[in-house]
Amino acid sequence: MSGHSYDAENYWKANLRLIFGSLVIWFLVSYGAAMLFRPMLAGIEVGGTDLGFWFAQQGSILTFIVLIFFYAWRMNKIDEQFGVSEE
Amino acid sequence: MSQFAINVLFVGASFLLYIGIAIWAKAGSTKDFYVAGSGIHPITNGVAIGADWMSAASFISMAGLIAAGGYSNSTFLMGWTGGYVLLAMLLAPYLRKFGKFTVPEFIGDRYYSDNARLVAVICLIVASVTYVIGQMAGAGVAFSRFLEVDNTTGLIIAAIVIFFYSVLGGMKGITYTQVAQYCVLIVAYTIPAVFISLQLTGNPIPWFGFLSEHTQSGVPVLTKLNQVLTDLGFNEYTADVDNKLNMVLFTASLMFGTAGLPHVIIRFFTVRKVTDARWSGGWALVFIALLYLTAPAVGSMARLNIVDTIYPDGTDAAPIQYEDRPNWIKEWEVTGLIQFEDKNNDGRIQYYNDSESYADEAESRGWEGNEFSYNNDILVLANPEIANLPGWVVGLIAAGGLAAALSTAAGLLLAISSAISHDLIKGRFNPNISDKGELLAARISMAVAIVVATYLGANPPGFAAQVVALAFGIAAASLFPALMMGIFSKRVNNVGAMAGMLSGLALTLVYIFVYKGWFFIPGTANLPDTAEHWVMGISPLSIGAIGAVVNFAVAFAASRATAEPPQEIQELVESVRYPRGAGAAQDH
Repeated sequence: MSGHSYDAENYWKANLRLIFGSLVIWFLVSYGAAMLFRPMLAGIEVGGTDLGFWFAQQGSILTFIVLIFFYAWRMNKIDEQFGVSEE
Repeated sequence: MSQFAINVLFVGASFLLYIGIAIWAKAGSTKDFYVAGSGIHPITNGVAIGADWMSAASFISMAGLIAAGGYSNSTFLMGWTGGYVLLAMLLAPYLRKFGKFTVPEFIGDRYYSDNARLVAVICLIVASVTYVIGQMAGAGVAFSRFLEVDNTTGLIIAAIVIFFYSVLGGMKGITYTQVAQYCVLIVAYTIPAVFISLQLTGNPIPWFGFLSEHTQSGVPVLTKLNQVLTDLGFNEYTADVDNKLNMVLFTASLMFGTAGLPHVIIRFFTVRKVTDARWSGGWALVFIALLYLTAPAVGSMARLNIVDTIYPDGTDAAPIQYEDRPNWIKEWEVTGLIQFEDKNNDGRIQYYNDSESYADEAESRGWEGNEFSYNNDILVLANPEIANLPGWVVGLIAAGGLAAALSTAAGLLLAISSAISHDLIKGRFNPNISDKGELLAARISMAVAIVVATYLGANPPGFAAQVVALAFGIAAASLFPALMMGIFSKRVNNVGAMAGMLSGLALTLVYIFVYKGWFFIPGTANLPDTAEHWVMGISPLSIGAIGAVVNFAVAFAASRATAEPPQEIQELVESVRYPRGAGAAQDH
């Protein structure tokens, strides 16, 4: 195995770590806060309702947007770092 | 000017715009036709994905569903947006790197199997055709309500307009028309919401309005809504759901399905490079969110407005006299989408939930059953009238609903026609076809697809209403896992992919058919489609997520038991993982 292929492997691992971290948050806001943990968050009030309801109707969507932009930004950095970006 | 003239003006002007764009953006090659020459800017692509994605269902039906179901129907909001996280991280950048024209082409190459490609083509066509029928039917409804032409005439007008820009311009024409259509639909959706939010809360931004104080009563909008609904025997709007398992699975099915729907995936092939594919996922969700964050406000406020209209003096006082009902109720009664029956002959409209728990209350008030019902789909369309907004807002809603239906229909039709001309004609029957010949074949398949979709839209088969279950179930259970494994595993081989796709698909289809009827033929269902008959409380709408899990499991098991993919396929997988393709290619 050449040094390059070792680098490529690390690049892919860095990508997988980033995806995994992002999907944990993706899961926590939608399936977590908005559904499974909603009863536990019932005490936290937001505009006439509870935090879980807000996550179900708005909060998770806003988080999704931040996640995708964060991923794109981080990945571009990682591309550069490993010298695999297109230009 | 009459309302009819205003509607014609708005719809006519928007159609002229679309046709103008079509003439300007004519496709010259198959690359133009299939992927708009791969030169679209990521923000432009984000807008186009927004229009492609937001269908008649998002524009017309979603707020009505949320109004009716409250918290429980948040699944649509999360499911139809959360899928973009999966798309942007798990599929889009790598498929763009692969650099071909269609989704089945990736599956065929990656699994070195023409049969796998054929299964993908069939899944794509079934999912897209069922989906496009819904769009055409939606366009027909909008036409007949706002332009006073009959359904079929309306559909034919819509078909001619789509024909113009999609057959001439292919993906290039569709992309730029979708940008225009997005602008029309988002303005049309937002303006009434702003006015209504101002009326009810004094806050001009509906996203915040729905969390603010209801001016009239001094309590937050959602608290007020919970109060009036429970006064009338309905569930609280924000009430929690008992069956969380089903809610989780339904959301997951919508998310996996969103990520696996080919007409959305191919939009990511139109950008110049891999980083652009990542960015356009984010931009797409921004433009989608502009509507999806407003929808909960539209739903809750419309529900409150309807109760207020019927109980102008509060829910404790007598409801409105039928003779005094507002104009929008009269107009929608004509279409049959609002129904009233004076069961206790008191000339008033009693609107409440006639459940057992409310029976005593109803009896003491002299009520003999709920007398008022409305179809959820009218909510967005009637919204400006419910809130007494000027006529031009109604015209705008008409143009917006049509923009949503047409933009999604065009995207689906392109996915269908490219699967036929590129995957079937060029891939299977005539590999030596010239670029010019293939472009002609693509245009002919597009024209045929439009004719078939128009016919089915005018004569919707019984299963049209089940589109969501079928299209999302197929995409979630077959296409999404196959694509994801093709990128993230080098070990999954042709046998595994075929076994996985077919078993995921079989489980999903059988489960849907058992409850909804075999091939949706009425009377052939084996079990009633109610919660107590569902296996572990899992609805047929939620089965796609289980189908996806089965697909993954079977594919891994079958691949383990058979030979690993050949070296060149493992190199292909390597190459899609790196934007520059440095990795494996330089090793050899």
